[in-house]
Amino acid sequence: MDKFRKQFIAGIIVANPLFVLALGLCPTLAVSVTIDNGLAMSGAVIFVLVASNIVVSAIRKFVPNMVRIPIFIVIIATFVTIVDLVFQAYIPALYETLGLFLPLIVVNCIILGRAEAFASKNPVVNTIADTLGVGVGFALALVTISFFRELFGTGSLSLFGVDLFTLPVLGEHPITIFILPPGAFLVIGLLLALFRRTGVTKSE
Amino acid sequence: MNEFIVIFIGMALINNIVLVRYLGLCPFFGVSKKLGPALSMGMATTFVMFIASVATWPINQYVLIPFDVKYMEIVVFILVIASLVQMIELFIKRTSATLYNALGIYLALITTNCAVFYLTLWNSLYDYSFLESIASSLGAGIGFTLALILMSGIRERLDIADCPRSMRGLPIAFITAMMLSLALLGFGGML
Repeated sequence: MDKFRKQFIAGIIVANPLFVLALGLCPTLAVSVTIDNGLAMSGAVIFVLVASNIVVSAIRKFVPNMVRIPIFIVIIATFVTIVDLVFQAYIPALYETLGLFLPLIVVNCIILGRAEAFASKNPVVNTIADTLGVGVGFALALVTISFFRELFGTGSLSLFGVDLFTLPVLGEHPITIFILPPGAFLVIGLLLALFRRTGVTKSE
Repeated sequence: MNEFIVIFIGMALINNIVLVRYLGLCPFFGVSKKLGPALSMGMATTFVMFIASVATWPINQYVLIPFDVKYMEIVVFILVIASLVQMIELFIKRTSATLYNALGIYLALITTNCAVFYLTLWNSLYDYSFLESIASSLGAGIGFTLALILMSGIRERLDIADCPRSMRGLPIAFITAMMLSLALLGFGGML
């Protein structure tokens, strides 16, 4: 149980996929416009990450080494198709906003990276701990980025369609650049620098 | 002819696949430290994008749509791209040693390049004709190469610049990407 906890925590802080390893950037920057989108994307990624790696770990003894990458990709693509269809059927509004970025989870390097580096060599229980940790670390980073982008870009915050609060001046004159493409690069660049300055992560 | 130019310019500048659509960011930050490798990566990606578009178009039009199995496109397209890249790698290895030395290591990376995968989905979503999807693949490839070359030129200079310790490396690269992306937004109203 202790080992389980350690593996879980490692993915959140020391090896945070986004802020430390800079993996899985593509979906992050594109969908981090509002917290709602960030949460939906995180949920989809965590599901695919955990489910596909459980399968990878369960069949690891039968997979020939030569063809392992195509096999991993097919497993991941299958789970992404499931998520894609579920979103389309039950939450069509989010499906519209996330658009092509939902299928793009297939090529998210975090998932294939975990399959290759961890799940293909370790038993199922350890894999669940590892992928849950990495998934939660990814979700935290994604929600942090979307928090700042929504706050400055629209001047207000809302969660699941309920308005939480509106900032006094920014509410009327939001800094629109934060919800445009350049804002994504700016927020993540500043956050990375901040984490290095405060010593959360190491400088180069 | 006109619509091909519109698609080409749209993909290369207005919807630049890296700086406006945020795709292919891993190679964009990973391989943009020096100008030479950046150019090779750009050319290799353009080539794979072109081949992938040519290969997925008939599969989409003559297999997926007639048999009404369009929901399988995620699985099918990624498999096609992965096996194509593998085949190209083997082919180059056998035929040209110089080309393999220049592009070889980048080809393996391109399999998980989301820009290529996104492009095939984009072509199928907008129901492009065969020639239109070739135009869009070339535009996307040129746009990707352009972004990589611009970025590597700036980063070669940034290496010798005196910037705060915690900003060095990735953070300042992101801020640079923001400036480039801001500049490309200017093309927004062009078409």
